[in-house]
Amino acid sequence: MFVWLTEPFEFAFFRHGLMVATMAGALCGLIGVYVTLRGMSYIGHGLSHAIFGGAAASALVGFNFYLGAGMWGMASALAIGRVTRRRIIGSDAAIGVITTASFAFGIALLGLYGQVRRSIDAAIFGSVLGVTVADVWVVAGVTVAAAGVVFAFYRKLLFTTFDPEVADVSGVNTARMDALLMLLLSVSILATMKVLGVVLIAAILVIPPVVARMLTNSFVRMLWLSTLIGALCGFAGMILSYHLDVSSGATIVLVGAALFAVVFAVTGPRGRRRAAGVDVHDAPAPVGR
Amino acid sequence: MSPEPLLRLEGVTCAYAGAPVLVDADLEIGAGDFTGIVGPSGSGKTTLLRAVLGTVSPVAGRIWRRPGLRVGYVPQVETVNWSFPVTVSEAVLMSRTTGRRLPWPSAAERAEVASVLDRLGIGGLGRRHIRELSGGQQQRVFLARALLRRPELLLLDEPTSGVDVRTRHDILHLLADLNQDGLAVVLTTHDLNGIAAHLPHLVCLNTAVTGRGSPQEVLTPEVLERTYGAPMEVLEHGGMLIVVDPAELVTRRATYDTERHQLGTRSAS
Repeated sequence: MFVWLTEPFEFAFFRHGLMVATMAGALCGLIGVYVTLRGMSYIGHGLSHAIFGGAAASALVGFNFYLGAGMWGMASALAIGRVTRRRIIGSDAAIGVITTASFAFGIALLGLYGQVRRSIDAAIFGSVLGVTVADVWVVAGVTVAAAGVVFAFYRKLLFTTFDPEVADVSGVNTARMDALLMLLLSVSILATMKVLGVVLIAAILVIPPVVARMLTNSFVRMLWLSTLIGALCGFAGMILSYHLDVSSGATIVLVGAALFAVVFAVTGPRGRRRAAGVDVHDAPAPVGR
Repeated sequence: MSPEPLLRLEGVTCAYAGAPVLVDADLEIGAGDFTGIVGPSGSGKTTLLRAVLGTVSPVAGRIWRRPGLRVGYVPQVETVNWSFPVTVSEAVLMSRTTGRRLPWPSAAERAEVASVLDRLGIGGLGRRHIRELSGGQQQRVFLARALLRRPELLLLDEPTSGVDVRTRHDILHLLADLNQDGLAVVLTTHDLNGIAAHLPHLVCLNTAVTGRGSPQEVLTPEVLERTYGAPMEVLEHGGMLIVVDPAELVTRRATYDTERHQLGTRSAS
């Protein structure tokens, strides 16, 4: 068993991948709490697809992946936020339009310029083979920065997430908190995309917070639990990925799904009731006039 | 010379997507006032409250607030996400967004939360999840959150909607006590007999202000017809005004007659 666990550590690429996957799981678990409680699980899915368009364009023109895809993702996130805040179009619809258009743009580029296909495939399904030391530092930096932002703005982010209208009248700049969260989400997706992949990254944004929600009624405990569960999924998923020879993104998500099934069964109706409140997609319409 | 008011609205008009929902409204709130805003659904009550809060910008008119005015706001409980993972203490502490930036509360903040919860009669429930409380306790949690800001003006949107008679009575007394301590209170309500008739000052609204004054001055058939667009009768019982909607009486009478007829038919068969 010990040999089975330690064998993959002989390879530098695996050590890098494991570090990135564990930190990526923790990062997505942390940010995912806010994403799911704000009913925006779909945005993780959407943004990763939007970033795909930026990644394709960056690869095509030889621009830095992080810069190009990041700017693209941030522009998409801000566009979604702007459309959603007008309350005429729901967040689901806004994400659907903006991010699928960006994804389609990436697909069109693939069709026109096939030579970029290999790097794009890795971005879609996730791979540890391409993880460099620089990637480890990028993910570590983003994880520390995200934890720092959550720590520094804990009260304002919580108030904005729970009750944006009252937070607004209580002196919290909710538009700035929204933008900050979108920025964190975009950067997190960008940093973790190589290991988790565009298609599966949304699952790691959703599964850890939902599992954590089934286990606790306290916000602060949910933050801790979700971060730990995300890290655990990343770590265990990478070990399994090596032994099963399956893509890292898929095994990390499958570990998360298995954990979800276990907690779902163990916590019974109480856990299910708690999780039912997570991710009610659209914010409630204004009541009365 | 009268003291400076806390806030003043002059000729305020608000619109959603071009359609006016509040027209030419004037309102002045002074320290220690206790005002109820009444009107039918869609009459602009919540919009007026939002204009006062500053979350809705008027398309015409002027809103003046005393510089540095501290406002506490209690939203309708129907808008609260009861599945959100927060305990009572976490929910109350949310409104403390200035000063200490650390995520966890200081000893002084914990004591302050406990003191507010005690005052509102929900001390000892701090560790409970907000969904595990009764309707009246839930309303008090959000009242506690507003009070933690030490407001000079407290705004409440339909604070008694969906609660039973006993809870409604308790909340009204609680607000009266807070008002006695000098807090200005403004609330919206559609409950004319249970709430509005007991308040010292009312503003009637039907997109525009249709009346203002004491319950004796505004709970009259004329003002109520202007406000609700239907004739209403006002009775007096033991010094209290009771508003009667004749249309509702007709409906209830018809329902009663139908049920009596059905019972008679069933027993005959």
